[in-house]
Amino acid sequence: MTAQTARGVLLDPVLNNNPITLQVLGICSALAVTTQLQTATVMCIAVIFVICLSNMAIAAIRNYIPSSIRMIVQMVIIASLVILVDQILKAYFFNISKTMSVFVGLIITNCIVMGRAEGFAMKNTISMSFLDGLGNGLGYSAVLLLVAFVRELFGSGSLFGISILPKITDGGWYNPNGLMLLSPSAFFLIGILIWIVRTFKPEQVEEA
Amino acid sequence: MNIHSFQHYLSIFLTSMFIENLALAFFLGMCTFLAISKNIKTAMGLGIAVIVVQGITVPVNNLLYQYLISEGALAKIFGPSFSSVNLSFLGLIIYIGVIAAIVQILELTLDRFFPALYSALGIFLPLITVNCAILAGSLFMDQRSYDFGESVVYGFGSGTGWALAIVALASVREKMRYSNVPAGLRGLGITFITVGLIAMAFMAFSGIQL
Repeated sequence: MTAQTARGVLLDPVLNNNPITLQVLGICSALAVTTQLQTATVMCIAVIFVICLSNMAIAAIRNYIPSSIRMIVQMVIIASLVILVDQILKAYFFNISKTMSVFVGLIITNCIVMGRAEGFAMKNTISMSFLDGLGNGLGYSAVLLLVAFVRELFGSGSLFGISILPKITDGGWYNPNGLMLLSPSAFFLIGILIWIVRTFKPEQVEEA
Repeated sequence: MNIHSFQHYLSIFLTSMFIENLALAFFLGMCTFLAISKNIKTAMGLGIAVIVVQGITVPVNNLLYQYLISEGALAKIFGPSFSSVNLSFLGLIIYIGVIAAIVQILELTLDRFFPALYSALGIFLPLITVNCAILAGSLFMDQRSYDFGESVVYGFGSGTGWALAIVALASVREKMRYSNVPAGLRGLGITFITVGLIAMAFMAFSGIQL
């Protein structure tokens, strides 16, 4: 990775090197919060916030962290940021924070945040690390929002809680697909998404 | 401390193991779940490590929560002037710290007294620190306000459920080596779809009321 341009650092993780479809990082939270677009959006904002700031903070002190305790230092920085997000959500968006339950806290163990801190921020400048965090956060968000869009549209016939396909129970014509609201559908959707991505980018296909 | 009936504990155990399976119902610990399920033997090692760590960390975090950071807990130690102190916002950082510390201690103990087991678990022990299933176990314990006895049962139950799920996935993937999967689905894609099918099978438990 030599001579990285700012543009490349920002856009690469969104398109070519997506953290979810290629690197298999941060799947846990990606699947659980995607039954509704609203919670997915909040989750994306929270993750982008945490990943950008933690990348910047770690890049800022990267030359002063002894390598033997670097994991603990990274963990403490990330955990503090997550507590901040958690408290803000509890104070201003209590209902959303209730539906997301433990998944805000689980941003701490989201491998993307830790992985970028360890893999990028420890070796790069503050501004580059910020862009890298933003790029990876956006790549993660893109997949999350796409899955949430499909699940909410077909599972409850609505987007952001606003009815798009009128349901039979409310006098419309759409019969909601209950499977979309259950956990297996998220696995299927991501599996299919990976298939589509790899059909267009054959170089990503794994050797079985 | 409340003493519950045997049935109550059994119901928590079975619920956490099957109905609310951490991996298949809540998607927790997915990164390791997908990465380390290529063969049964390693999956089994990781599963056992998770059961042990989960069984220890959840009760320990429960004690810390009850006697240190829940609202009014400090009053018992430092007197009534602390009765309005609520440190529960520190929960996240304390839980992850405890998990990291316990994993480290476990590693040293195993290395010293059970070298065979230590070498069998190998790289999996340190990996467990960043396994979200472990942190989630403590967070669910906090959210559902389990007492100490319940948290012991919950820790072992949810750990066992996770281990069961990863061994099941590993066995399917071992068989799948002989199938002809479309190029784009090979590896990660087909694994996701397999997990989806296993999750659907586990949903059969969800109607059961214990």
